Amino acid sequence: MTRPELLRVEGITKAYPGVVANSDVTFSIGEGEIHALLGENGAGKSTMVKMIYGLVRPDSGQMTLRGAAYTPSKPAEARRLGVAMVFQHFSLFEALNVAENVALGMENPPPMRELAARIRAVSEEYGLPLDPSRMVGDLSAGERQRVEIIRCLLQDPKLLIMDEPTSVLTPQEVEILFKTLRQLSSEGTAILYISHKLEEIKSLCDEATILRRGKVVATCTPRERTAREMAELMVGATLKTPERRVGAKGEVALGVSDLSVASPIPFGTSLKGISFTVAKGEVLGIAGVAGNGQDELLLALSGELKASPDKVRVAGHAVGDLGPVERRRTGLVAAPEDRYGHAAAPDMSLVENAFLTAGVRKGLTKNGFVDWAGTRKFAEEIIAAYDVRTPGPDVAARALSGGNLQKFLMGRELMQGASVIVINQPTWGVDAAAAAQIRQSILDRAGEGAAVVVISQDLDELLEVSDSFAVLNEGRLTKPRPTEGLTMDEIGLMMGGAHGMEVAHHVA
Amino acid sequence: MGASPHTPGIFVDRKWGVVVLRLEKRPTPSKFWLYATPPVAVILTMIAGGCLFAAMGKNPFEVIRTIFWDPVFGEFAFYLRGQLLVKAGPLILIAIGLALGFRAGIWNIGAEGQYIMGAIFGAAVGLAVFPTENRLIFPVMVVAGAFGGWLWAMIPAILKTKFNTNEILVSLMLVYVAETILAKASTGFLKNPEGMGFPGSRNFSSYPAAANPELIAGSGLHWGGVAALVTGVLAYILLTRHQAGFQIRLAGQAPRAARFHGVSPARLVVMCMGISGALAGMAGLFEVTGPAGQISIDFNTGYGFTAIIVAFLGRLNPLGIVLAGFLMALTYVGGEMASTNLGLPDAAIQVFQGMLLFFLLAVDVLTNYRFRLAVGAH
Amino acid sequence: MDLGGINPVILIATLMASAVPILLAALGEAVVERAGVLNLGVEGMMIIGALGGFVVAVETGSPVLGFVGGAVAGAALSLIFALLTQVFLANQVATGLALTLFGLGVSSLGGQGYNGIKPPATGQLLPDALADLPVVGPILFGHDWVVYFSIAMTAVLWWVLKATRIGLIIRAVGESHEAAHALGYKVNRIRLMCIAFGGAMAGIGGAYVSLARVPQWVDGITAGAGWIALAIVVFASWKPWRVLIGAYLFGGITVLQLNLQVAGSGIPVEYLSMAPYLITILVLVIMSAGRRGKANGAPAALGQNFHASR
Repeated sequence: MTRPELLRVEGITKAYPGVVANSDVTFSIGEGEIHALLGENGAGKSTMVKMIYGLVRPDSGQMTLRGAAYTPSKPAEARRLGVAMVFQHFSLFEALNVAENVALGMENPPPMRELAARIRAVSEEYGLPLDPSRMVGDLSAGERQRVEIIRCLLQDPKLLIMDEPTSVLTPQEVEILFKTLRQLSSEGTAILYISHKLEEIKSLCDEATILRRGKVVATCTPRERTAREMAELMVGATLKTPERRVGAKGEVALGVSDLSVASPIPFGTSLKGISFTVAKGEVLGIAGVAGNGQDELLLALSGELKASPDKVRVAGHAVGDLGPVERRRTGLVAAPEDRYGHAAAPDMSLVENAFLTAGVRKGLTKNGFVDWAGTRKFAEEIIAAYDVRTPGPDVAARALSGGNLQKFLMGRELMQGASVIVINQPTWGVDAAAAAQIRQSILDRAGEGAAVVVISQDLDELLEVSDSFAVLNEGRLTKPRPTEGLTMDEIGLMMGGAHGMEVAHHVA
Repeated sequence: MGASPHTPGIFVDRKWGVVVLRLEKRPTPSKFWLYATPPVAVILTMIAGGCLFAAMGKNPFEVIRTIFWDPVFGEFAFYLRGQLLVKAGPLILIAIGLALGFRAGIWNIGAEGQYIMGAIFGAAVGLAVFPTENRLIFPVMVVAGAFGGWLWAMIPAILKTKFNTNEILVSLMLVYVAETILAKASTGFLKNPEGMGFPGSRNFSSYPAAANPELIAGSGLHWGGVAALVTGVLAYILLTRHQAGFQIRLAGQAPRAARFHGVSPARLVVMCMGISGALAGMAGLFEVTGPAGQISIDFNTGYGFTAIIVAFLGRLNPLGIVLAGFLMALTYVGGEMASTNLGLPDAAIQVFQGMLLFFLLAVDVLTNYRFRLAVGAH
Repeated sequence: MDLGGINPVILIATLMASAVPILLAALGEAVVERAGVLNLGVEGMMIIGALGGFVVAVETGSPVLGFVGGAVAGAALSLIFALLTQVFLANQVATGLALTLFGLGVSSLGGQGYNGIKPPATGQLLPDALADLPVVGPILFGHDWVVYFSIAMTAVLWWVLKATRIGLIIRAVGESHEAAHALGYKVNRIRLMCIAFGGAMAGIGGAYVSLARVPQWVDGITAGAGWIALAIVVFASWKPWRVLIGAYLFGGITVLQLNLQVAGSGIPVEYLSMAPYLITILVLVIMSAGRRGKANGAPAALGQNFHASR
């Protein structure tokens, strides 16, 4: 089936100081086609779509939209020409309501009352229920995405760009989204779908362009290829799956019972009656869609949020009322998700960042004075052991790429000889090779007898590393189950199915 | 990755869209600009200030020389050099305390009030035991002065930790309150009973046990100067070597990382506000017992506010602040010279100091960013 | 009805006028902070406005032109802040403090030679027939035009922020500059315009001090009004009508304590003159304590600079 060409991208190059984000990229999208832009983190997908959306200008090359030269200088121009975009992060305003958020993404929004009516109409038409007067900060991640999609649909786009849309959805919500996208495609709207999830692309997309290090390495029809073939094109190497150790589980190392804490984050999710135990040598995987209490759980385990003493026990000791320093002393280390500003201080050197958490367990203070020489040695050990690419331990953390900084931070926690390790999103934004390495070292630490909690939104990752599996949903944790034998459907149901879709059934 | 050209840029030629000056974040802060910023800012201020003085009908070179050269090397340098230390002492002492807080993201801008309260508390202790002669009196007064400043700083600190109240506004409001108390002190409860009804307390220069005289004749050095220099060194060690210093720096740069590290924000607020209040209070005590001599309505002369400039000029680094304190003292002493010899208004010096802070803040961008000429497509 | 020699009608009428400077300055600052910028230089902009307004009014003989001059002077000074924070990405707290120190210096320098001059009067707007009505006359009809302007501005800003697109964009920029940038809004440009507006409002407020309240030129004439305005913005949770309430409350306290001083109430003068500051602190405490740990209505991006590099 040939379709009339909608957008053609030809020889696009974009360089930043020190990095070539895109080099001579060429591909085209037909009308109504669902086209995948596939690549690892850092392959240049985001930069490419930002150029199509007018947020970034290419250094060279050209684009044509329906045969006419297409050089959007700003998003408003792109939107006027029928190009719309659903962002992965950062394009919603939590303290504004749905209608206001939609209005901000439109050129000439109608009066609020009329807009609210149109939002209701469009959301029903595409099976995406949404209340225009609700505050966005109170919505689930899936509902937030609906706001973005509806914002785009109201402008009747010819091309809809979707940047990693499923990373915040439950499996059931993914199905609903795909149904909507297929409906749009059949109505003639082309979709540029950015992802690194191969199974999704196989089931949804008509064509795929694969990027590696900013260059097009292949174009293919996803249905005709296996996921493995595409993965190898994307990564450029064959991937090792981490080796699982087999070992008997030991006694309980971390016990959490009926833990409830209010969220300190504006529009956050409070934890409600969380209970679980992790044994020595066990990896507990905690899944869940973003914003269901993951950050709060990490804070409550690291000691940044306190509870009554016996709510959290490490090796039998009540630590619920202790701060991060005392918890580290008892053997619990934690690694938050946000690298820039929470797990690490971006403007401080790697040495200082090593001291940030390792001071206690590595004995790096004497009478309150910091042993900087010893800290530097530890930082250098991490850099060597985790293959961190850096000019040295004295550079600022922000100078490292996301993957390298993540390796450093994982190394910092994993090399402290802790008995309990809690990690939120161990491989977020990290390329495949580094991710595999991080997962391997998590498994290695568990093999040595550490109890590990991995909180992640990447189901594949959790299924790969965890012995038992639980889901965090609206601040509640399901009862952990053995990972072996779990099906995708069961996991989806544990994740709460499709958030807020009940409304749809009432409406329909 | 993902940098966009829509950064705040200065368009050299907008119509052609060819040459654009664009800001770009450096991967690692520039060591060079960290140290080069203050001198560059001083030079730029001299140029801009020169223009200002010229516009006022003064010879800019003469004014700049009078301010920056004469106090150190001129005819009256033997006297003025001492004055430098007299002015620099309190500025350094206050600025170091403020800098510790600023580093941690805690904005105590009410040092002027803490300075006043320190002077009142310390002086009150001394005046209460007048005319007893005992070697312990002065040390006890120093402690009382520090306590007065500390107490005054604890008000915004406790309100911030207990009620999340903005410390900038509260500490500043308390300056006005302290000024009222000062007025009451000099006309009421601390008034000299033998002062024939004139406002103002007894003069400490005639009460040796409580006085803070010059330690070496002609040097301008009194106990306040000693305290300033010692504090500078101690604060430097605290910031670079001690865990508390690390926590201060961490809290300022990445507050969430600080909590993750295990810093209690409330403890940090109390500590930083306490140190800066105590140092400002001590500065007030040294001033009232030394150069000022007595509690009077116009005892405070704005050291608490000027110290903010000194703190930034010294890059919030204690050793830098010692240098910056002398530089700022130079503008005071030289400014007075320019005022008496050349008729330059006092306010011109205030403008000059404000400009210095502006240029410093502007040039500071180069530590973390660089300007880049982008040629071709915008 | 007299309360210890204080006539409540006169008290209300006076507080409305005495609140004008902080009301205008606080309204401007509320817009600036809604856009995510914390400009602590209000005091500096006010005093520059006070001087600019005074000089223009004296030189031209027109009080209206004087207020325009105050607005221009305040806006001009605020552009230094805008340049430093929006282009050079300087710390907003430090830059705001610098602006105040600089403004105080410049005003004191520029004001030399204007001491002891009387500016042209800004008179009552409406005819005496209305202003002389009992009770409602002094309160509703007896004011100069700036008092009505300040109330009108409250209404206008309330409407703009709540119901217009430009208001929505300002709120969006203050809520998340990343999101606004991603949608194609020029974050720094919008903020720059808000800063200039805030400067103009502070300037008019300052001009009202030197042209109508005092009215003459004195060094340091604004005497901390800019700081009070900043506190009122927090008190008001960034909402225009609440800014008005806050300004009137503060104006009322100030007028009351002055009246008590004159009336010789027996309370020492010192305690009365520190009362406004202590009450401001108390109000800040009550407002802040009520919403501790929650989303407190403060713009989420307040005080953070934006650079589109990541």
